Amino acid sequence: MTQQVLSANRLRDGIVVYLTRHNTWSELIATGEIVGSETGAADLLVRAQHAAAERVVVDPYLIEIAEIDGEIRPIKYREFIRATGPTIRPDLSKQNYLRDAKEAV
Amino acid sequence: MALIKNREITEDSWVQLDDETPVPSEGGAIVSISRWRKDRVALSSRNAPIGVQLESDNGPEDVLDGLDRLDLIAVPFATFKDGRGYSTARLLRERHGFTGELRAVGNVLRDQLPLMERCGFDSFQYVGGTEALVALKAFKDIGAVYQTAADRRASAAALRNHPSQAFSNGTCG
Amino acid sequence: MYMYDEIDRSLVDDRVSQFRDQVTRRMSGELSEDEFKPLRLMNGVYLQLHAYMLRAAIPYGTLSSEQMRKLAWIAKKYDRGYGHFTTRQNLQYNWPALEDLPDILAELASVQMHAMQTSGNCIRNVTADQFAGVAADEVVDPRIYAEIIRQWSTLHPEFTFLPRKFKIAVTGSQQDRAAVKVHDIGLIAKRDGDGKLGFEVIVGGGLGRTPFIGPTVREFLPEEHLLSYLEAVLRVYNQLGRRDNMYKARIKIQVHETGVESFTEMVEAEWAQIRATAVDLPAGEKERIAAFFSLPRYDIEDGSSGKLAEQKRDDLDFARWVDANIAPHKVSGYAIANISLKPIGGIPGDASSEQMDAVAALADRFSFSEIRVTHEQNLVLPHVREDNLYAVWQTLKSYDLHTPNLGHISDMIACPGMDYCALANARSIPVAQEISERFADLERQHDIGELKLKISGCINACGHHHVGHIGILGVDRKGEEYYQITLGGSGAEDASVGEIIGPAFPYASVVNAVEILVESYLDIRNEGERFLDTYRRVGKGPFKEALYGTD
Repeated sequence: MTQQVLSANRLRDGIVVYLTRHNTWSELIATGEIVGSETGAADLLVRAQHAAAERVVVDPYLIEIAEIDGEIRPIKYREFIRATGPTIRPDLSKQNYLRDAKEAV
Repeated sequence: MALIKNREITEDSWVQLDDETPVPSEGGAIVSISRWRKDRVALSSRNAPIGVQLESDNGPEDVLDGLDRLDLIAVPFATFKDGRGYSTARLLRERHGFTGELRAVGNVLRDQLPLMERCGFDSFQYVGGTEALVALKAFKDIGAVYQTAADRRASAAALRNHPSQAFSNGTCG
Repeated sequence: MYMYDEIDRSLVDDRVSQFRDQVTRRMSGELSEDEFKPLRLMNGVYLQLHAYMLRAAIPYGTLSSEQMRKLAWIAKKYDRGYGHFTTRQNLQYNWPALEDLPDILAELASVQMHAMQTSGNCIRNVTADQFAGVAADEVVDPRIYAEIIRQWSTLHPEFTFLPRKFKIAVTGSQQDRAAVKVHDIGLIAKRDGDGKLGFEVIVGGGLGRTPFIGPTVREFLPEEHLLSYLEAVLRVYNQLGRRDNMYKARIKIQVHETGVESFTEMVEAEWAQIRATAVDLPAGEKERIAAFFSLPRYDIEDGSSGKLAEQKRDDLDFARWVDANIAPHKVSGYAIANISLKPIGGIPGDASSEQMDAVAALADRFSFSEIRVTHEQNLVLPHVREDNLYAVWQTLKSYDLHTPNLGHISDMIACPGMDYCALANARSIPVAQEISERFADLERQHDIGELKLKISGCINACGHHHVGHIGILGVDRKGEEYYQITLGGSGAEDASVGEIIGPAFPYASVVNAVEILVESYLDIRNEGERFLDTYRRVGKGPFKEALYGTD
C-alpha cells in the first residue's frame, strides 16, 4: 500500500495541517505521521475524526505520499500545492515544507 | 424532539397514525396522504381534528380536495436543504386560504425556523442540536424583511412608502 | 449609488449578529460542520484548498471609494494584503480565519457591505453592465432593477433552499457587457412600440458541465411586473427543479428537460396568479431607488477643451492607453476609464491593498467617488472628465494599473484554478501569466485586436471558458495538467458556446498552441475581422489543421 499522511483544515483559521505522531497538528507536511498499512491509515482517521469532534480540525482525509530523498512529497499535484502554497505566490508558500522541521512539532 | 407551536414549546396534542392503525374516536390524528386520499370521506366525518402528512414530492395541489376539512397539514423536510416545503406552505396559506395548523416535520433545525414561519408554518417538530428553549431565539434572528410572505409582516418597501398601510393584504394570489 | 436606510442597515447588522452566533455555536460543537456548512456558505464563506475563503458581495459591481478603502483595509488587517475580483463582480479573500469572520462582516456592514448569499443554493449577487448609468447606448440604468432584485432576493424565505445556486444578470443596453444569456435569469431592458419600459426575460442559460445559451421565455415583460415574474420563475424552479443529482440541478437542466414551451407555460400560469398581488413593489419604491442612480453633477464646459488630443500627441504611451481603455460616455466631455487588473505576467483580477487604496483615491479625485467592477475582472472609473484622464493615467502607472489592454489577448479571465481552489483539476493562473508574457508586445496585441481569452481550471467554468473567443479548460490526465482548447465562444449579445478544437495539450505546450491559433488567425483574417469573426467565417478547420496537422 502506498504510504499516506493525514491532512485537514484547522477549524478556527482554516489553515492546512497534518497529523503528527504526537497527535498534534502541524502546518508542515514534513512532520506528518506516515503510515503504510490499512490499519495504520484507519488509526490516523480515527484520531482525526476525534479531533474533528473536538472542533480542532475539519474535513480530515488521507493523502498518498512518497518519501523522496528523506522528504515527504504528496503524489497528487493538488496535494503538493496544498502543502506548499499557491505556486504563483512564492512569498505565500510554506518555507522549508519538505525539510524535516522537527522544531515545528 | 420538541414541538414548537406559536413560538413556544408545547405538548403535542396530535397522534401520528400509520396506515393500519384504526383511527381513534377522540383526539387529533395525523394520517398519511395516501390514507387521506383513500378514506377521505370517512375521515372527514370524524368528530375530532384530522391532519394529513404530505410526502416530499407532494405539492399543495395534492391536498386541495377536502382542504377545508383538514385541521393540520404536516409538510416534510427530508433534509433541511430541501426547500420545496417552503413553497408548499406559502401556497397553502396565501393561495388556498388554509387556516389550520401548518407543521414542519423532518429535518427541522434551528436556523430554518424563522424562514419557515415567514412561509406560514406555525408549528415545528424541532430536532436540532441546540436546546429547544434556546432555539426559540431564532425567530428573532432577522428583524426587517424585504419581501411579503405568508406571515404578512410589513415589507421594507411597504414601510418606506405607505407606513400607514404597513399591514396590507400581502398575499401571493 | 444606493445608500442604505435604517431598514437596510438593520438587516445587515442582524445578519452579522446571526452569523457571529452561528460561528460560536460551531466552535462550541452545538452545530456540526454539516449543519454549519450551508449557513456559512450563505454568508460567502468557503473552505478552500489552503484556508477559508470569503466572497464579499459587490452588488452589480458598484463600489464607493469608502467601500474600496475598507476592502483594502480588511485585506491588510485580516488577510495577506490582497483580494481577487471575480467573474461575478465580487471580491474574494483567500486567507480569512473563521474566528475573525464575524468581525470582518461587521467591518463590511459598517460601510454598507455584506457577504450574504454569495454562495449556497440561493439567489446570488445580481450582476449588471459595468458601464451602467454612463453607457452611451443604454435604455435605462440596469442597476435600478438590480437593486430592486437584490432586495427582493435577500433572505427570501421561500427561496433559501433551492435545488442549486441561482444567478441573475441585467443589462440596460443591447450591447451585452453582463453576459446575460449565460445566466439562470438574464434580463435585457428595452422599450416597446409605445416607449414603455420592460425586459426581455431569458431563463436557463449557464456554463459549467452543460453550457446553454438561455432561451427567451418572455419577449417583453413590463417593468412594474419584474418581481412577480421572477417569483413565478423561482417558484417553478424551487418546486420542480431536480434535486436528485447536484450536477443536474440548475434551472438550465429543468428548462432543457421540460422544454422551453412547457416551462414557459408553467411560469406564465404561476405568474397569472401572483401578478396582481403584493409581490411587485408598491408605488413610490421604484422611484425612491431610481433616484439613487441619477448622474452626479458633472462639470460640463462647452465641448471638450482639446487638451486630451494634445496630451495624446505628446505622450504615445498615454495615447495607447486612451485608445484601448477609454469607452464612450453618455455625456460629451466625460469618459469611462477602464483600469486593467491584467498587467503583463500578472495574476488576472488580483489587486493589492495598495492598489485598491490608489483606485479609491483616484475615484475620490476624478470619479465622484465611484468605482465599478467588471465581470471580466477589471475596474472602472465611470465619471472621469476627459481633461483629467492624463492625471489618472499617471497615477495608475505608479501602481502598475495602466496596462492598455482592454479586450486584448492579455486581458484574460482566469479563475483561481488549482493554486487556490479545491475543485480545480489544473492551474489556470500560471497559464494566463505565460500567455500574457508571450504576447507582452503591446503593438502586437493591438494588431491582433479584440480577443477574449478565458481560462477555467475545471469544468465548473468559473473562468467562463465556454464563452471565450479562445477558451481553455484545465483537465486532469493521469495526474498531469492538460488543457483543452475551445474556439468561437461569446458571452456578449451574439452569445455562443465555444467548440472543442481537438485533443488537450499538456501544460508545457498549451501556450505554443495559443500562439499558433493567433498566428493562424492573422494569416487568414479579412480586414476588420476580429478573431471571433474569422472563426465564425471559416470554422474550426484551418485552426484545427494548424494545431494538429492534417490526418
